[in-house]
Amino acid sequence: MRDRSEIRTTQTAEANSQHPAKGRTIGSIAIKLDKVSKQFEATSAPAVASLNLDIEEGSIVVLIGPSGCGKTTTLRMINRLIEPTSGRIEINGEDVTQRPVADLRREIGYVIQQVGLFPHQTIAANIATVPKMLGWEKARIADRIEELADLVGLESSLLERYPDELSGGQQQRVGVARALAADPPVLLMDEPFGAVDPIVRTRLQDELLELQARVGKTIVLVTHDIDEALKVADRIALLNVGGILEQYSRPDELLAEPANGFVEEFVGEDRSVKRLQLRTVADLPFRRGPVVAATDGVAAARKVMAEYSSEWVGVTAEDVFLGWVRVDDLQTEAPLDALPRSVPAAQVQPESTLRNAMQIIMTSHSSVAVIDDGGRFGGVVTLELIRASLEEETDR
Amino acid sequence: MTRLFAQAQNPIVRWEYFIDEWDQIQRALIEHLQLTMYAVIIGLVVSAGLSAIALRYRWALTPINGFTAFLYTIPSVALFGILVPYFGLSRLSAVLPLAAYTLLILVTNIVAGFNSVSSEVREAAIGMGMTPARRVLHVELPLAMPYIVTGLRIAVVSTVGLVTVAAIIGQGGLGGLILDGLRRAFWTPMTIGAVLSILLALALDGLILVAGRWLTPWEQRRKTAM
Repeated sequence: MRDRSEIRTTQTAEANSQHPAKGRTIGSIAIKLDKVSKQFEATSAPAVASLNLDIEEGSIVVLIGPSGCGKTTTLRMINRLIEPTSGRIEINGEDVTQRPVADLRREIGYVIQQVGLFPHQTIAANIATVPKMLGWEKARIADRIEELADLVGLESSLLERYPDELSGGQQQRVGVARALAADPPVLLMDEPFGAVDPIVRTRLQDELLELQARVGKTIVLVTHDIDEALKVADRIALLNVGGILEQYSRPDELLAEPANGFVEEFVGEDRSVKRLQLRTVADLPFRRGPVVAATDGVAAARKVMAEYSSEWVGVTAEDVFLGWVRVDDLQTEAPLDALPRSVPAAQVQPESTLRNAMQIIMTSHSSVAVIDDGGRFGGVVTLELIRASLEEETDR
Repeated sequence: MTRLFAQAQNPIVRWEYFIDEWDQIQRALIEHLQLTMYAVIIGLVVSAGLSAIALRYRWALTPINGFTAFLYTIPSVALFGILVPYFGLSRLSAVLPLAAYTLLILVTNIVAGFNSVSSEVREAAIGMGMTPARRVLHVELPLAMPYIVTGLRIAVVSTVGLVTVAAIIGQGGLGGLILDGLRRAFWTPMTIGAVLSILLALALDGLILVAGRWLTPWEQRRKTAM
């Protein structure tokens, strides 16, 4: 397995500022699949064939692939909802088959697509399921429920409701809270956001990453949505029909260096555009662009414009970007900040994805976006800069 | 004149009969209630067993349904008669057939109830490490409850009606009053027996309905939410 820490050292910390959970330095192997196979019927082709997979502690690993690739089967073998035909699965070095199955499952959070909340129990009771089985004291359970509701962003007024009274997104949050109730080190998620609409899905994905930044679980997530995989994964395991592992790598690497034709086809023709989704404006080298401070005067402005062969100049006052001034409007007698600023500035934030920045630039009149770093001018982004970033090393 | 007198002699209800025969009416009513309860409780226990078998072994559902449906088709008078040589004119001869008639309804509803539990709820329960016993008791049984309550209501109401037939083997509760009235062409006990039987059925039905609602608060919340 590739040494990740070595790669890490070459990177800047802020490269991962968008999602602190991603890129956390990860140590030991939490889950190890060793030549795991599953054949449902003796005569049929195997659903999973001799799969090896090392999942690092505290990372999000996404299992993805076309239908029939055994991704859900693989997930369900980890908590023994399906028993492997051969091979060995270890959690923290311990063979899962060596433990009473109910005990094992109580230590593994499990979230499924349809959530599977118990309709006859209140939200609070649903969340309390595993702690109750573990025999926690009532007061401790009550505290934990409050804590979890806060963690997943559930109003505490919802706790006494029944699942049918909640929206799909709220139910999914309860599902996550329930899975985390006894603070299990491992969380298995089977298409957790498959049943909600795209807007809610995006929000839940963001919430998962925020949550992960706080709890640092080892998460194995199954999806069929490559964009979801690229967004949430530390590593993606791309499986082919029959449970064959085609590539196991970080999202950016999967896009930049697909191992073979299958991977290339699966990730889609817009690989480059997808890579833009994985990087933020902050990842780009700083570029000031044809921008001057108002106090620098017209001469400085002309000089900068010549340097960039630009017909526009950006003007800042006390590090705040005021707008773009046309070359024709440059008059020697007027102070720079009094000139008409004909084009409103397209703005991006340091944490915006490059894809988002590209979208903003392409719909702006200026072919350039200004970085608004908490109200301060943080440089400019151009299409050229974005394009150049894709030629860099894949290491983030 | 004679005819008018005869009618006057035999009105629908003679109120003084209530007072004179109160002990007998009361006894009949209690006996009726007991027969119904014994029959339904035995029926429920047997149905639970049959349902468990049917749910565990899918192939068993069809023969079990066939058997309970067959029992249901046997005319009650015949069934009471069949048992008398074995158990005499005893309470057992009355209760067993009554219990047998509840099986079709109860097994059907219990099985439907457990089958109504969605697969994702079951999977979540297993995935969180519930033991099979805990899953059945804490998740599947409560979720099957609305169906079971419905089955129980039908079983109880139909059993209350059927108990009257057991009067032919001397065990009919209020049926005894009805039979007595028929034999003597005396309207009063017949009417009292029939009306009390109807009232008993309605009362028990209402009681189970209320108990069922109390047992399934989430269902009530869902209805009001809609």
